[in-house]
Amino acid sequence: MNARDAILNRIRTSLGAAPGDAERRSQVERRLAEAPVGVVPARGQRPQKAKVALFCEMAEKVSATVKRVKKADDVPRAVSAYLRARNLPAAVRMGADERLKAMPWAAVRALEVRHGPADPEDAVGVSHALAGIAETGTVALYSGADNPTTVNFLPEHHIVVVNASDIAGDLETVLSRLRQAFGKGKMPRTLNLITGPSRSADIQQTLLLGAHGPRALHLIVVDGA
Amino acid sequence: MQITSPAFKENARGALANPDLQKALGHVRLGFIDKRQKAVDALPEFDALRDSARAIKDHALAHLDLYLEAYEEKVKAAGGYVHWAPTAADARAVILEICRAAGARTVTKGKSMITEEIGLNAFLEKEGIRPVETDLGEYIIQLRGEHPSHIIAPAVHLTRDQVEADFRRAHDHLPVARDLSEPESLLAEARRVLRSQYFAADVGITGANFLVAETGSSVIVTNEGNGDLTQILPRVHVVVASIEKIVPTMEDMSQILRVLARSATGQDMSVYTTVSTGPRREGDPDGPEEYHVVLLDNGRSAMLGTEFQDMLRCIRCGACMNHCPVYHAVGGHAYGWVYPGPMGAVLTPSLIGVDKAGHLPNASTFCGRCEAVCPMHIPLPRMMRHWREREFSRGLNPAAQRYGLRAWAFFARRPRLYRLAVSLAIPVLSRLGRRRGRFRRLPLAGGWTRHRDLPAPESRTFLQQWRDRDAARQEARP
Repeated sequence: MNARDAILNRIRTSLGAAPGDAERRSQVERRLAEAPVGVVPARGQRPQKAKVALFCEMAEKVSATVKRVKKADDVPRAVSAYLRARNLPAAVRMGADERLKAMPWAAVRALEVRHGPADPEDAVGVSHALAGIAETGTVALYSGADNPTTVNFLPEHHIVVVNASDIAGDLETVLSRLRQAFGKGKMPRTLNLITGPSRSADIQQTLLLGAHGPRALHLIVVDGA
Repeated sequence: MQITSPAFKENARGALANPDLQKALGHVRLGFIDKRQKAVDALPEFDALRDSARAIKDHALAHLDLYLEAYEEKVKAAGGYVHWAPTAADARAVILEICRAAGARTVTKGKSMITEEIGLNAFLEKEGIRPVETDLGEYIIQLRGEHPSHIIAPAVHLTRDQVEADFRRAHDHLPVARDLSEPESLLAEARRVLRSQYFAADVGITGANFLVAETGSSVIVTNEGNGDLTQILPRVHVVVASIEKIVPTMEDMSQILRVLARSATGQDMSVYTTVSTGPRREGDPDGPEEYHVVLLDNGRSAMLGTEFQDMLRCIRCGACMNHCPVYHAVGGHAYGWVYPGPMGAVLTPSLIGVDKAGHLPNASTFCGRCEAVCPMHIPLPRMMRHWREREFSRGLNPAAQRYGLRAWAFFARRPRLYRLAVSLAIPVLSRLGRRRGRFRRLPLAGGWTRHRDLPAPESRTFLQQWRDRDAARQEARP
């Protein structure tokens, strides 16, 4: 008997289950098909404007910084202001995301925009989020041809653009959007749920920011989008 | 790893006499408990979520074979490989084969208790492959040749001074005069040193907090971001997970996520929750080219259908040990294997045998805090009691203890005789201890009086006092 069947048979024996039990099978199929939503906290359930406010508040609570801008065209200037305020070199790394591409980067003087996956020299990465989650101040990003995952982890500073209209109350709402985009039972290769900058408390329980991922997470919320 | 659980008593004595350890353990007591409480208090639905999380795991375990089959199908559809490993040795062999096929000389590792359980690092080293732990705590203990003393804070037994000394010893290519006095500088140094390792590695190995049957995804939950760098930079990503990590759907994962971080570190959400499905896709500019999952049984299927099945709900948050007075006193290494604290006291006998781990379920005051804080409602004290019963019925505990228990059982089953014996003994003890109110030493009770005094009893037994109290009440009635 191969290892797979050995494990599965042992599980069935321990559970006292017959391999062809139709009732068990239909219960499993039903749960996978329906994916019932369980308990969703009331915290995130509020009108859209209040959701956006809660998202910003929760993100700041976990040491992210937040900048709200009126429209997508304001993003490059907000990025540039962030770099200047922190004395960072005027260069950012980003993927080929259409939403980011459409922004007037060339209008910001002397800002170098590098495209493609991140390399260790990049100080700042810029990504566009699929959604924000108000309940916890989380941003959801997924990988794809235009969205390298390395941008989210290698640079010391990670700037994430999120549209106010994409801010959901809870993770469940984002999951149902993903299902619509990718199809039932399918997922992008990587879904990153990011809540604040990287941290560790491994040395004497002292909480420090910037362990291996970004030391700083800066969120730019686009209100008019 | 070498099992020292049979020497729990000696381990514990050593731990109590170790001043560095005692200093470090103070941070457990102070750090975790308040943070968890605050996070729980801020979420009115916390208890409802616990019930929901328990129901999800119970359902998944009752249909585990079917969910594993569904999960495997989805992993394959996404271009990944699933390897089934009945034992630790099987898992090690599969991982070695993958590493060999990838021509790996260095592998980076995200934090994973399962790879501790299968003793992966020592095995890979023996085979000429260099494993590099990337979680800060794991990295520190790897430098020291130690094992984790806590399931989410592996280096919690160490002080800052010890870490500095280790870094100075291990990073001897760096200037001796550098300032490492602050934890920040230690963290920055680890970050710099490990950066190059991520790029040097051919294979990245992570554990998994969840396997999602609906989508064939593996999920890691971390704060540092090291797990992500481990799995996106090398050419091959290997996930090592035990079979009970399965949840049916993404929504089910979401339910458990809400209790996981709160119970562990008091965060609403850990910094990085990463859901991975298969290898790099067409057009992807980064990510691993191969994606493997090693599914480990290692004794878990045999726990199903027994009084220990509920233990398989465990999500490894560490709340039970954070709240355990025994863990606070002796730390994690005393438990002598991978899993310490109350969850270890239940799980370890299941995985390595009660003959070796019999001390662990006895190292409990049954105060019940572990069960009270467990996000998955695991009845830990009850299961420790089951292990004590099994230990007794198999004749594994020492002769003196067995005679004592037999003698007690003899009297306990004969209430009149019991009362008579007690009513004779109590006045004697009471008189002997009248002056001090306590005993420094007592024959046959050395195990107790070595570490603390035994209070002298009142002059009369509980039942006698109760009868008097009742009688007094009767009289007081008009």
